[in-house]
Amino acid sequence: MTQPLLQVNDLAVRYGDVQVVWKADLVVEEGAIVAMIGSNGAGKTTLLRAISGMLPPYGGEIIFAGEIVPASAPPEFVRRGLIHVPEGRRLFARLSVWDNLMLGAYLRDDKAAIRQDVERVFALFPRLRERRWQDATTLSGGEQQMCAIGRGLMAAPRLLIIDELSLGLAPRVVDELVDALRKVNAAGTSLLVVEQDVATALEFADHAYIVDRGRTVASGTAAVIAADPAVRTAYLGL
Amino acid sequence: MLRGGLIGAAAVTVFGILLLFGDNYALRLGTTVAMYVTLATAWNIIGGFAGYPSFATAAFFGLGAYTSGIALSNGIPLSVAWAGAGLIVALFAVMLGLCILHLRGHYFAIGSLVAADVLREITNVWVSVTGGGIGLNLPLPGGDAETQAKLFLCVMSGLAGAACCAAWTLTRSRLGVALRCIAQNEDAAQVIGIDTGRSKIAALALSSLFVGIAGAIYASWTIYIDPSDVYDVSLSVKPIIMTLLGGVGTVTGPIVGAFAFLGLEELIWRNSLEFHSGFLGLLVVALVLFLPAGLGQLRVGSIWTRIRTVLPPEARP
Repeated sequence: MTQPLLQVNDLAVRYGDVQVVWKADLVVEEGAIVAMIGSNGAGKTTLLRAISGMLPPYGGEIIFAGEIVPASAPPEFVRRGLIHVPEGRRLFARLSVWDNLMLGAYLRDDKAAIRQDVERVFALFPRLRERRWQDATTLSGGEQQMCAIGRGLMAAPRLLIIDELSLGLAPRVVDELVDALRKVNAAGTSLLVVEQDVATALEFADHAYIVDRGRTVASGTAAVIAADPAVRTAYLGL
Repeated sequence: MLRGGLIGAAAVTVFGILLLFGDNYALRLGTTVAMYVTLATAWNIIGGFAGYPSFATAAFFGLGAYTSGIALSNGIPLSVAWAGAGLIVALFAVMLGLCILHLRGHYFAIGSLVAADVLREITNVWVSVTGGGIGLNLPLPGGDAETQAKLFLCVMSGLAGAACCAAWTLTRSRLGVALRCIAQNEDAAQVIGIDTGRSKIAALALSSLFVGIAGAIYASWTIYIDPSDVYDVSLSVKPIIMTLLGGVGTVTGPIVGAFAFLGLEELIWRNSLEFHSGFLGLLVVALVLFLPAGLGQLRVGSIWTRIRTVLPPEARP
């Protein structure tokens, strides 16, 4: 049996005394697109931050490509190809789009491959090429999200984790982003996406997890989840 | 780059003139400015590059002074005592960093401010080793007064030069990039794989190394130290003002700022003994309002624009 790319077992996360994630179990197969859905405050962002090493978990383990990732060393996550595109983009202000993209490759020193990857990002998002010398935080919301995804791609991810892909963006821009991400996925990068817009998420993903009050409560192929009557009433408003 | 070269050449010229023709007062002033350059450049590493407003400069300075003072009283050679003091201070900075560098902004500033007070109290109480509040007399380095004055000018200038070289090297290094990313957006820095914890601790330790050695040299220079002198909070505040004056986060800013600050200090302190801290306060306000990027940004037109934007609309000319 082949190993999953990412396996999260029994993960728990606390902020001080406040426990936010109680028990999360999650599997992302190599090459898959996995969506995580759930209401506001369910702990999705916290869970993602723990999976990508931004927050030290309180319990449980994160196994990436067959190895337990030590939670004490956040750069280890990036080095292994577990890359996080954070909520709210978090671009470096006063730096150009180009510099932001290049900083995505901070841990890499394979210059030729980095150049190739920049070209790949520009091919994916031609608007970033046009605006590559512009201060990244002066871009439109959609372009900033492209830049943030581009920065993530510059780290040569095996798994790209995207928090709130479409938040605050026009539907047309979201379609554009989803198309680009499908291409990224087709080229071999697995995706784990938190998405407010459940309909879009379930259409985009192969597999989905539902997070509720800090626990992963249900999972299944996107089609099965989409057909689940409980999901339809709670998240799709049908 | 050109600017840095010019400022470096000017500093070396001043140093040469002082060494050849300086009287005692000029040598003292030269040593003081070299110390200021060291402190401001060192603060800029953590406060400017990494964006962590440290008020621990006095703690590092005092600890360096006392470590070296105690070592010298026990017959350890001068150079070993100075270098050892720097290393011990850097070690202390690593431990302090582990405790408070996870705090951000004002919280970090307050945390770092306390370090000097704690060390001062320990020094006061630990009479058998430090001499307590009475202070500590250091052995004389030997030689006549002028040789000594020149020696301390050379050593302090050498340290200042080393600090500036370190800062310049840092701007061109991976760690320098990491620190700038942390200053700009710490969450984003983490996302791209920067080890933010280690980078910040490295910056604080590097900064403290120079401050600690400066304290050690200062102790030998003045021959006598006491806790309220070497742990004085003004030692934490002045380097910040100098750096603000010259330009935060640049290599040349702290150098220019240190010279400018010493000039102001000589001018104001000598002519106004009662109100000098008032002037210091006014200077900070003026800097923040009119020259947030320091003297480097000084243009006649831009000052006028700034004055206009700060004034309420009805008062604008």
